[in-house]
Amino acid sequence: MPEFLRTQVMVILPEALLAVFAMAVLLLDLVVKRKGILAALTIGAAVCGFFALSGTGGGGSAWGGMFIADGYGFFFKIIFLASLVLSVLVSSRYLIEEDINHGEYYALMLFSTIGMMVMASAGDLITLYLGLELMSLCLYVLSGFIRGSLRSNEAAIKYFMLGSFASALLLFGISLTYGLTGTTAIDGVAKYIAAHGLAGNPVLAFATVLYVSAFGFKIAAVPFHMWAPDVYEGAPTPVTAFMSVGPKAAGFAVIGRVLLVALSQMSFEWTGLVIALSIMSMAAGNILAIAQTNIKRMLAYSSIAHAGYALLGIIALSPEGLASTLSYLFIYAFMNIGAFTVVTLLTTKGVKAEDLKEYVGLSKTHPFLAALMLIFMFSLTGIPPTAGFIGKFYLFTAAIKAGYTWLAVVAVVMSAISAYFYLRVVMYMYMKEPEGEVKLERSYGARLALGVTALAVLVIGMMPAGLVEFARSAIAGFRG
Amino acid sequence: MNPYLFGYLAAAIVGLSAVALTRKNPVHAVLLMIVMFFHLAVLYLGLGAEFLAAVQIIVYAGAIMVLFLFVIMMLNIKEEIEGERFTGGWPLGISLASGLFLLLIIMTGNVLPGQQGIYTAQVIASQTDTKALGSVLYTQYIFPFELASLVLLVAVVGAIVLAKKKLR
Repeated sequence: MPEFLRTQVMVILPEALLAVFAMAVLLLDLVVKRKGILAALTIGAAVCGFFALSGTGGGGSAWGGMFIADGYGFFFKIIFLASLVLSVLVSSRYLIEEDINHGEYYALMLFSTIGMMVMASAGDLITLYLGLELMSLCLYVLSGFIRGSLRSNEAAIKYFMLGSFASALLLFGISLTYGLTGTTAIDGVAKYIAAHGLAGNPVLAFATVLYVSAFGFKIAAVPFHMWAPDVYEGAPTPVTAFMSVGPKAAGFAVIGRVLLVALSQMSFEWTGLVIALSIMSMAAGNILAIAQTNIKRMLAYSSIAHAGYALLGIIALSPEGLASTLSYLFIYAFMNIGAFTVVTLLTTKGVKAEDLKEYVGLSKTHPFLAALMLIFMFSLTGIPPTAGFIGKFYLFTAAIKAGYTWLAVVAVVMSAISAYFYLRVVMYMYMKEPEGEVKLERSYGARLALGVTALAVLVIGMMPAGLVEFARSAIAGFRG
Repeated sequence: MNPYLFGYLAAAIVGLSAVALTRKNPVHAVLLMIVMFFHLAVLYLGLGAEFLAAVQIIVYAGAIMVLFLFVIMMLNIKEEIEGERFTGGWPLGISLASGLFLLLIIMTGNVLPGQQGIYTAQVIASQTDTKALGSVLYTQYIFPFELASLVLLVAVVGAIVLAKKKLR
């Protein structure tokens, strides 16, 4: 291999490895009868990807700057790989219970992760768009994976329709930007805007609105959230866990790349929009979650609200703010996948375990599981000593330091409201008598995932220094 | 490009799309769309993008249209014709769309052409659009190009997963 090509390939090695594994999974699916082997292969792929990442960590850019392997991308890729491994651990038994044990599932998970990784490393709007499409297409299919279920079909078609609409908005925004600046390179756009005094140009402002809408859709921020409850409810539970974490983080990764880099000169225009998005998400997410009786829908609204919190760090427009968003997304990945793992564990043949009533008295029938659910609910509310508290603490501090004290107050009030529906689950589990036997899924993978997520939530909650330092060093080289 | 020709093509594309949209019979709508696609191809041709024009005909007027017709064959046309063409929310949709349109019209005054690359209209005309496209697609844009291949692979796998009669 020629030298220049070798250096380029080394930069995309993690993604390339994952792609090779994904295709291997597709091919092996033809001969392998036990799909658990494919799950193991997928986890192996993630591990290889992780080592390749560590090897090329701050590895610079390739393909003429279209792909940037910096610390910022590295941080997000760790989140993606962790959520991939955890979701796959949760999936393998669930797929058997739901009778959808097909090998393509793992291949699609892998391809989706590749898409997210490309998004996090995008140095060019074209790469960004293709990564986003790769991620989304896989998710559309995965959310409709229970082919016999009407709700799953509904989830897939809804996600697909609205997702394509969001993609169209993004493309329109990209084409306007290209028309005005003559380049699709993200730093090229920033340079051109600065050099030609384009900041405040109405067409560019319109493009900014389109970007914010498209990314708002991907992170499920109000008013672009309508798809989330139905899709989260209808999709297979491990897929819901996966897509409530990975794609959301990927959405934030591209928000960082586009709003903080390409459109950094337009920050006056977009901060107003993002503040509105953040407040609406926190308010609508938390208030509507109260009315839910289905736990997956409740967690969907909660994920909308969490997008609102995480946006605070972007609004702060400071390295500290960005670092707090990054560490929040990292924490959110563990606590949310943990909560969904509990839901999955309670799902057995014929039992959906989605109604809140099915959690009544869980502390008597399965005390350990109830205790873990308690940890996740506390963490999602933001109660110390869990990781959720740390995440929110840093976000709110960043917002206050940037002069948005009132916004931090709104966020705190909204977190207080959220305690109502998170702790309601705890109340059901601990303060009511069980109404009959509850069976657990026989899955060691899900139990392992549960252990890892709970441990992460507690350890980060008590010793946050490591994560905070990791997030700070990740954005050290970020041109924002 | 001749301004009269452009005016005709633009008006025809908008008009045909509007008419196609309002047809109750899906077969009529699809046939109007084919005519619209051909107009679009001529527009590309007039702009010196002959590769895009060819792709427009082969992919859109050819492949995608066949796909649409297959889907329509599975519909019950009689039932389709009897129902309402639009759902209740259409006044809202049309006012949003026209608002957006007005906004874009107002903004056209602020459109400043960006920096020019090495591929000016003269360069493309001298070495043909197909050659210019190919020479950047397989060099400068090779990474997005390979990425697009993954997107297509996922589309194929996804279609099989969702539609195949019996997955093992």
